[in-house]
Amino acid sequence: MNPLNTQKDYQNYVDQKSPNSPILKNCFNAFWVGGLICMIGQIIMNLCKARGFDEAMSGTIVSIILIGISAFLTGLNIFNRIGKFAGAGSLIPITGFANSIVAPAMEYKSEGYVMGVGGKMFTVAGPVLVFGISASILVGIIYLIFNTQGITLV
Amino acid sequence: MQKLGLQTIQFTSPPSITETASIVGPKEADGPLASYFDKCLEDEFWGESSWEKAESKIIKETASLAIGKSKIPTDQIDFCFAGDLLNQCISSSFGLRDLTIPFFGVFGACSTFVEGIGIASVFLDGGAGKNALCCASSHFCSAEKQFRFPLELGNQRPQSSQWTVTGAGCAVLSKDGTGPFVTHFTPGRIVDMGIKDANNMGAAMAPAALDTLITHFKDTNRNPSYYDVILTGDLGYVGKEILIELSQKQGYNIKSNYNDCGVLIFDKEKQDTHSGGSGCACCGTVFSGFLFHELKTKKYKKILLIATGALTNSTTSQQGETIPGIAHAISIEL
Amino acid sequence: MDWISLLKAFVVGGAICVVGQILIDKTKLTPARILVLFVTLGAILGGLGVYQYLVDFAGAGATVPLTGFGNNLAKGAIEGVKNSGLIGAFTGGIKNAAGGIAAAIFFGYIASLIAKPKMKKQ
Repeated sequence: MNPLNTQKDYQNYVDQKSPNSPILKNCFNAFWVGGLICMIGQIIMNLCKARGFDEAMSGTIVSIILIGISAFLTGLNIFNRIGKFAGAGSLIPITGFANSIVAPAMEYKSEGYVMGVGGKMFTVAGPVLVFGISASILVGIIYLIFNTQGITLV
Repeated sequence: MQKLGLQTIQFTSPPSITETASIVGPKEADGPLASYFDKCLEDEFWGESSWEKAESKIIKETASLAIGKSKIPTDQIDFCFAGDLLNQCISSSFGLRDLTIPFFGVFGACSTFVEGIGIASVFLDGGAGKNALCCASSHFCSAEKQFRFPLELGNQRPQSSQWTVTGAGCAVLSKDGTGPFVTHFTPGRIVDMGIKDANNMGAAMAPAALDTLITHFKDTNRNPSYYDVILTGDLGYVGKEILIELSQKQGYNIKSNYNDCGVLIFDKEKQDTHSGGSGCACCGTVFSGFLFHELKTKKYKKILLIATGALTNSTTSQQGETIPGIAHAISIEL
Repeated sequence: MDWISLLKAFVVGGAICVVGQILIDKTKLTPARILVLFVTLGAILGGLGVYQYLVDFAGAGATVPLTGFGNNLAKGAIEGVKNSGLIGAFTGGIKNAAGGIAAAIFFGYIASLIAKPKMKKQ
C-alpha cells in the first residue's frame, strides 16, 4: 500500500513512524514531583493552621508562597528545566500557573513594559482565568436558581 | 540555461560557489560539526538586548565574513538574496540594511537557503550580474518565541519535535569562478499531505522532499548513485526515515548515500534534540560549513542538496490548518 | 507535624498530576489547554460539591493542583450568592482566588524587572 494515497493513509503511516513519548517514565516523574509540590503545600498549610489561621486563609497563604517560589525559580531560569523533567508534575500544581504568567512577562520585556510585559503576561495563563472565572460565575448563578427553588445540590 | 523535463533548470555556464561563511550558536558548537563553522558564539544574545537583534547581528556578521573571504569588493556584488523565519523576514532585512547591495527578501521557510542560491544562479546564468550573495538565518530563541512558547515556560518537547538551529549560512556565487558549480536547480512544488502536528515538521515536509527528489531524477535522467551524497535540509530523524522508505517504494534506493542536515548537526543522545535540527540555518550552516569544506577538499564531487520548508505560521496552526511542505533542490558539482 | 496529612497530599497530588501527564503524552494538548481543562473541571466538581470531599481527605494534595483553583473559584461564587445574591456570583469567585491571582501578576512583574530569559539547555 502506498502511504501517499490519501492524507489519512499518510497520517496513519506517520503515527506509526513517529517515536512515542516515554509515558511510564514521564508519569513516574510527574507523580513524585507533583506529589512533592503538594506535600510542601501541606507542610505550609499545617504550619499556618498551627498558628491559628483558618482553612481559607491557610489555603491562600499556601498559594502565595508556592507562586512566589515558582516565580523565583522561573526568574533564575531553573523552572523550565524542572518542567522538562516533571511535565505535568510542575504544570498542574499552582506552580505551573505562576510559571505560565512569569515566563511570558520575562520573554516579552523586549517589547516594553506596557504592551510587552503588561500586554503579553496572560498569553498562556489568560485562558485559565477566562474559563475558570466564567465557570465559577455560572456555578454561582445555577446555585442561585436551584437554591431559591429549595433544591440543594449534593 | 534551459529547462529539463517538468521542473528542472540546467545552467549553461553554471555559476560557481566562490566562498561561504557560517556562524552558529553555542549548542551547535557542542555538536559533531563544530570544527567546520567559521565562528561559534558563546551566548545566544551576542551582546544584544533581544533575540531578534541577535539574529540580525548573526546574519550581518556572516554576510560580511563571506564577502571578506571571497575577496570580492562589495560594490561588485550585484544582488543579495536572503531570508529567515521571523515575520516579514526582519532578521535579514534588519541585518543586511547597511550592506548597500540590491536586496531580495526570500521566504521558503527552512528551504530559504537553497531557494536563494537557485534564484541567484538563474540571475547569474541569465547575465543579470556577475556576483550574488545568498544568506539564511534562524535562531532557536526567536523561533520559540514566535512559533511556540516563551523560553522560560516549563513544558516538555515531544519526541518528534526538532530543535531550531541558531546561526546563519552565507554563500557568494560568481558567474566566473573555479567551482564548485551549481549545475541544476529543481524548484519544488507545494505538497500538503495533511499533517497538522507542528511538533512533527519532518513528517509534514517529507512528501515535498520526495516529490522534488523524484522529479529531479526524472528530469535529469540521473539516479541516486550519480551523487556522492544526497542531503535534505531539516527532515530530522523522523522525516529521514520516511523519505528513505517512500523513495524506496518509488524505485529509488537512496539509503547508502543519503543523509539529513538536521541529523548531522546535533548529537541526538548527548544533546537531547529529539528528532534533530531544523530552521533556515540548519541547511545553511551545514552547507556553508561542512559540505563546502568537503567539496573544496574534493571529498565529495557531486552533491544534491534538497532544502525542505514547512509553510506554516502560528495563526494557521491555531486555526487547525494543515502544514504544506516545500523542497528545493540544487545539484552542486566540481 | 501530622505525617499522615503529608502522605495523603503527596499521593493525591501526585495522582492528579499523572492524569495531566497522560493527557499531555496521549492527546498532544498544549499546556494552556490542559490548564484550562483542569481549572474548568475543578470549578464544575466544586459547584457540584464533590471536590470538597477530596479537599477534606487530601488537603493541599487537592487544593494545590489547578483543579483546586477551580474549586476555590466555584466555592467562592456559591458563598457569594449565599451572602449577597446574584452580585455574589460575580464577586465571590475572584474574591476567593484573589491572593493567588494577585501574587502571580505581581511576581511576574517583578521577575520581568530583574530577570532575563535564557537559552534552554536541553
